[in-house]
Amino acid sequence: MELDPLLLSRIQFAFVISFHILFPSFTVGLACWIAVLEARWLITGKALYRSLSEFWTRIFAISFGMGVVSGIVMTYQFGTNWSRWSDIVGNVLGPLIQYEVVTAFFLEAAFLGILLFGRDRVPRGIHFMAAVLVATGTVLSSFWILSANSWMHTPAGAELRDGRFFVTDWWAVVFNPSFPYRLAHMLTAMFLTTGFVVAGISAYYLLRNRFLEHARVGLSMSLALITILAPLQIFLGDLHGLNTLEHQPAKIAAMEGHWEGGARAPLILFAIPDNEAEANHAEIAIPALSSLILTHEWDGVVPGLKNFPVEDRPNPEILFWTFRIMVAIGMIMLTVALIHLVQRVRGKLYSPHWFHKLLVGCMPLGFIAILAGWFTTEIGRQPWVVYGMIRTADAVTPALTGGAVLTSLIVFMMVYAIIYGAGTYYLFRLLTIGPSRLNDEDLEIPAVAQGHQPKRPLSVPGESIEPAE
Amino acid sequence: MEGSLLTLAWVAIVGFAVFMYVLMDGFDLGIGILYPFAPSEEARDVMMNSVAPVWDFNETWLILGGAGLFAAFPIAYAVVLPAMYLPLLVMLIALIFRGVAFEFRFKARSSRHLWNKAFFLGSLLATFAQGVVLGSFIQGIEVEGRNFAGTMLDWLTPFSLFCGVALIAGYALLGSTWLIWRTIGILQDWCFRVARRLLIVVLVLVAAVSLWTPFLDASIAARWFSVPNILLLSPVPLMVGFLAFGLWRALDEGREVLPFAFAMGLFALSYLGLAISLWPVLIPPGITVWQAAAPPETQVFLLIGMAFLIPTILIYTAYSYWVFRGKVTGAIGYH
Repeated sequence: MELDPLLLSRIQFAFVISFHILFPSFTVGLACWIAVLEARWLITGKALYRSLSEFWTRIFAISFGMGVVSGIVMTYQFGTNWSRWSDIVGNVLGPLIQYEVVTAFFLEAAFLGILLFGRDRVPRGIHFMAAVLVATGTVLSSFWILSANSWMHTPAGAELRDGRFFVTDWWAVVFNPSFPYRLAHMLTAMFLTTGFVVAGISAYYLLRNRFLEHARVGLSMSLALITILAPLQIFLGDLHGLNTLEHQPAKIAAMEGHWEGGARAPLILFAIPDNEAEANHAEIAIPALSSLILTHEWDGVVPGLKNFPVEDRPNPEILFWTFRIMVAIGMIMLTVALIHLVQRVRGKLYSPHWFHKLLVGCMPLGFIAILAGWFTTEIGRQPWVVYGMIRTADAVTPALTGGAVLTSLIVFMMVYAIIYGAGTYYLFRLLTIGPSRLNDEDLEIPAVAQGHQPKRPLSVPGESIEPAE
Repeated sequence: MEGSLLTLAWVAIVGFAVFMYVLMDGFDLGIGILYPFAPSEEARDVMMNSVAPVWDFNETWLILGGAGLFAAFPIAYAVVLPAMYLPLLVMLIALIFRGVAFEFRFKARSSRHLWNKAFFLGSLLATFAQGVVLGSFIQGIEVEGRNFAGTMLDWLTPFSLFCGVALIAGYALLGSTWLIWRTIGILQDWCFRVARRLLIVVLVLVAAVSLWTPFLDASIAARWFSVPNILLLSPVPLMVGFLAFGLWRALDEGREVLPFAFAMGLFALSYLGLAISLWPVLIPPGITVWQAAAPPETQVFLLIGMAFLIPTILIYTAYSYWVFRGKVTGAIGYH
C-alpha cells in the first residue's frame, strides 16, 4: 500500500492546528477578561473581583499551558512536513512569525509567571500591569499570526524569483488585503467564544445556586459583551465575505454551492454538492438572495465553480457545510443577545432557569464556529498554499516518507487524546469547585509581604482543588 | 560587505537564542531528570515550584531559535527539520507531557504518580532527543539543491545517541547546581552530592564527544589540530579544565551560587567549541551561513525590531527572575 506523505501531512497539520486553535480562541478573550477584573479589583478594592479573577486565572493557566505546548508543535511542523513551503516563503513569513515570538510569546510567558505566582511579591499596580501585558501579548500574537496567514490568502508586497518570494514592500506584506478583515473577524470570534464560556459557567452556578455573587457579575458582564459583539460579528463576517469574493471568488462559489454562478443567483439553504456530477442534490434555495447578499444588488453576478478549471477548485462538499455551520452559530449568538436584552429590560436576568440552561448549552458554540470558520477559509484556499501562486502539493517536504508521517500522525492523535482528555477533566473539576470565597476582611492583611525573606508566595485560600484527604 | 555584516548579526542573534534556550530550559529539564531520585515527595514539590513561574518562559527560547532560523536562514530550517523528523517528534511529545505535568500534577490526586512519571520521562526524552539532534547535526546532513536528500533514519548513529546521553548528564548538572542555589536543607545537601558525581560524568562525556568529533570530519580536525590553530585555540580546553576545577572547589566549599555559574560556564565553552568546529558552516558538511542567509531586505526588517525587542525581553526576564528570587522552601502550593 502506498502512503501519500502529502495527504497525511495535510491531515496531520489539520489535526494539530485544530487542537491548537481551541486554546488561543479561549485564552485571548480570557486574558482580557482577567485584566478587566483586575482593573475593577484595583479600583474598587472589592474582594469579589479579586476572587473572580483568581478563579479565571487558574482556568487560564491550564488552557495557556496546553496552548503553549501545542503551539511549539506548530512551529516545528512548518519545517518538518512543509520544508518546500518554508524555503519558498521563508523570506516573507519568517520575520512575521519571529515578530510574534519576540513581541508576544515572551511577554505572555514572562508576565504570566507574575500574574499567577506574584500577587504577594509585587505591588498591586505591577500585578495589574502583568495582567494587562499578558492580555496585550495574546492580542499581539493574533495580530502577527493572522497577518502571516492572510498573506497566504492574499499575497502582496513580494515577488517570486527563482521559485522563492522576495519582499518588495513590507507594509504591503503585513497589511495585505485580507488581513484587516480576518483580524477583526477572528478577534471578535475569540471574544465571543470566551464570552459564551463565562456566561455558561456563570449560568451553571446560578442553576446550582452556588457562588451567586460571582455568577451574577460574570453573567452580566459576559452577556453585555455578547450583545455588542454578536451583531458586530455578523457585519464583520459580511465584510470579510465581500473581501473574499474580490480576492478568492472560487472559495465563495464553493461556500455558496454555486456551480453556474451568474446574475440573480439563489441563496442555497440546503444541498448536497457533488463534485462528480458538478451539481447539487436535494437543493432548497431562495431565488436571487445570494446575489443580493454578495453584491448588494438583485441582479449582481456571482461566481460559479464551473468558471474555474477543475484543478483550481476548492471542495464544495466540505465548504458548503462548514460555512453554514458557522453562519448558523452566528445566528444563534444573535438570538441569545436579543433574549438577553429582553430579560434585562424585564429585570429578570438572574431568575429564569430556561435561559440559564440555554446559556450552559451554548458554551461550546464559539469553539465550533471558529473551527468551522477556519475549515472554510483554509480548505477554501486549496489547492493553493499561497493563493494563486504556489500549490499545496509543491509545498511538502520531498524526502518525507508516508511511513514517517503516519507514525507521527498516530503518535500525535494518541498523545493529544491523553493530554486533552486529562486537561478537560481538570478544567471541569476546577469549574465544579468554583471560585474561592474571599471576604473583604480577609484582605486587611498587607497585600505586599515581599522582601528578602526566603519564601514563596503563599497560595490563596481554598486553592487546592483536592478535597482534604 | 554590508550584507555579510547583517548575516553576522543574525548568526549572533540565532546563536544567542539557541544558547539561551540550552541554558534556561537546560536547568529546568535537568530538574526533571533528577526528579525521581529526589530524597522525598516534599523535595519534588520544591523542585517543581522552583521552576514553575519560569518554565514556559524558558521554553519560549526554543521557539525563538526555531523561528529565528526560519526567518534569517530559511534553507537551514527547510533542510535541518526534515532530517530530524523522528527525533524532533520525540522531543515535541516529550515537551508536551512535561509541560502539562506542571499544571496537572498539582491538580491530580490518584493520578499524581503518573504526572510525576510524565514529568521525569518527558524531561529525559526531550533532553535525549535534543542531544541526538545535535549529534546528527554535527555529523552532517545530506543535501541536494535546496532540500534534504537523505532518509528518515540518517540521524541514527552511535555518535548521535552518545550525544543524547551526554546532554542528559549535562542538563542534570545544570539542574542540580540550580537547586543548590535555590533550595536549602536535605534537598540542597543531596544536590551537592549529586552535582559532584555528575561533574565527573559530564567531564568524561564532553571529553569523549570532543575527541570523537574531529574523527567525523577532516576539516574539523584541521581546524583544531593544525599549527598555529592548536595554540590559538588551546585556551578553550584549558578554560574547561579551569572551570571544572572551580566548580569542584565551589561544591567542596559549600558555595551556593558559584556552582550554577561555573556549570553555565562549562556549557558556554562547549558551545563555543562547537561554533569553532563548524564556522562558517551552518549546515554540515557544506552549507555556509553566507549561502543560507535570507536576503538583506528580510534581515533588515527583522533586525530593526530585534535591536530593541531583545534587550527589552532580557530586562523583563531579569525582572521576572528577580521577583521570584530567594530560596524555595516548604510545602507551599502551586497556585
